[in-house]
Amino acid sequence: MNMSSNYAKEGDPVTKSYIKKNKRKKTRIILGFIIPALVIYMIFTIYPIIATLNYSLTDWSGVSGESDFVGIQNYINLLGDSTFWQALQNNLFLVLVSVFLQIPLGLLMALVLFTPIFGKQLLNIVFFLPYLMSTVAIGILWLFMYDPSSGPINQLTEFLGIGMFDWLGDPNLALMSVLFVLIWQFSPLYMILFKAAMVGIPDELYEAANIDGANGFKQFVHVTFPSLIPTIVTSSVLAVVGSLKAFDIFYIMTGGGPGTATEILGTYMYDQAFINFNMGYASTIAAAMFIISLIAVIIIQYLDYRRKKKGILI
Amino acid sequence: MIASGLLKKFFLYLLVLSLLLFTGYPFLYMISTSLKSMEDFFNNPFSILPENITFDNYFSVFDMGLTSYFINSIIITFSSVIIVVLIASMASYPLSRMKFKFNRPLLMLFVVGMMLPFHAALIPIFVLTQEMGIYDTLFALLGPYVAFSLPVSVFILTQFMEEVPKELEEAAEVDGASHWKKFWKVLFPNTIPAISTVVIYNFVFLWTEFIFALVLISSPSSMTLPLGLRDFHGEFSVDVPGIMAALTLASLPVILVYLFAQKRVEKGLAGGAVKG
Repeated sequence: MNMSSNYAKEGDPVTKSYIKKNKRKKTRIILGFIIPALVIYMIFTIYPIIATLNYSLTDWSGVSGESDFVGIQNYINLLGDSTFWQALQNNLFLVLVSVFLQIPLGLLMALVLFTPIFGKQLLNIVFFLPYLMSTVAIGILWLFMYDPSSGPINQLTEFLGIGMFDWLGDPNLALMSVLFVLIWQFSPLYMILFKAAMVGIPDELYEAANIDGANGFKQFVHVTFPSLIPTIVTSSVLAVVGSLKAFDIFYIMTGGGPGTATEILGTYMYDQAFINFNMGYASTIAAAMFIISLIAVIIIQYLDYRRKKKGILI
Repeated sequence: MIASGLLKKFFLYLLVLSLLLFTGYPFLYMISTSLKSMEDFFNNPFSILPENITFDNYFSVFDMGLTSYFINSIIITFSSVIIVVLIASMASYPLSRMKFKFNRPLLMLFVVGMMLPFHAALIPIFVLTQEMGIYDTLFALLGPYVAFSLPVSVFILTQFMEEVPKELEEAAEVDGASHWKKFWKVLFPNTIPAISTVVIYNFVFLWTEFIFALVLISSPSSMTLPLGLRDFHGEFSVDVPGIMAALTLASLPVILVYLFAQKRVEKGLAGGAVKG
């Protein structure tokens, strides 16, 4: 089965057929290993996405078997649908909150864990806990935290003299209130990403900075932060992908309401498909989500390629 | 100098304390409420220490149907994780260690799945499940759960398998071992650290999975924990201590795993996110 010795006599017709046979055997072996995973992946991921694109061109309701091909009519409707734009805007807002609040907070937590401080082990565990809870459990817990009459949040704001609010019922506050919970849930994820990256920064860099007389803050600006830029970029892309996957917390806490105040693409698509039974139109929303995520993937691949080729950070 | 050092320390601890309160308080509220009686809760909803600690809520939620949600979640999570580990590690073997034409494109095909929103596949899977006659059974979850766990798993496992020294494989080759044997005797045992990462990641993901369960399950007897919790909350929303007990119980398995294998869980949960 030594391939290299076979290539030496490639002209020989006998050897040629041997190589062919060998190759066919190799293909069989490779297929044998990959097929179980590939088949399941094809049936439950690739085929459904193609089917979604297909449904998105129909007016299928989901209740009856009737469905007509309507071309790109759903897409035209989507572009004129104010709820879609509202949802997309909220998704975008979700990304911004991730990048400018979750990621910095995660970085802050990681930095704190790298200072000489008492009880680090315990801090690490408590900081990380929110990320371990199921999103449904988090949503229910925070429904009670935000409860207008018996929730601890209002107790706190009342105590601070700010007053009491209907955190999830007021259209001006609802989105902010849900996003606050997402900050609580996801900052620990970024914390561990930063922790992993910070362990990888070579000590020599800090030693050199020390010799140059750089103190704590300067060290952060000139050594730690530049070394963390790749992690920040990865985390930001993750935030875009995560925003498109967001659903559970919004569904549990507000269901997209009041009105469309907290509507995101995920909740809007679900409502159209399984509440209003507009499967065709819901598929169009899903297809839009797929296309946006595809663009995100292409950007990641491009950044990755550029990083490897030029050895630059961003 | 000393004064400024002390000041720095003061601000550091102030920062740590506020972070601790921010992340920890909701847990404290959840657990302390779960240990209160209804009467105690209505009298002192905000007190951290219950007047009389009672575990009654924990027993009563089991009587209220939580047991079957737990069992369903255990069955579907464990069977999905076992299948994923098996087929993902098998697929990772040729993808990482054998050269062939479609090597990279196939790997890309799997890895791209990590970025896909579930919504893009939701309706066709719903239709497929009904056509297969398994709608509203635990079986309905198995396909999507395995399929959507594959990308991260293949990603982690191929990366790890690429690092397994060639010599180990060559030694087995000398003994005339087939690829199947090499996979089981050499690759699989040497991939155990990555496999444990995969197990943890998928365990947490599937234990908390909600949207597929929401769309594919409707009757309480087939519900998993996240779905059951929502139902539970809808039905007994007045019984706040009971709900808090249910939330605590549902979160406990993942938290326990974390306490016992902190480093590995952190690595596992970052596994899908860290590239290279």
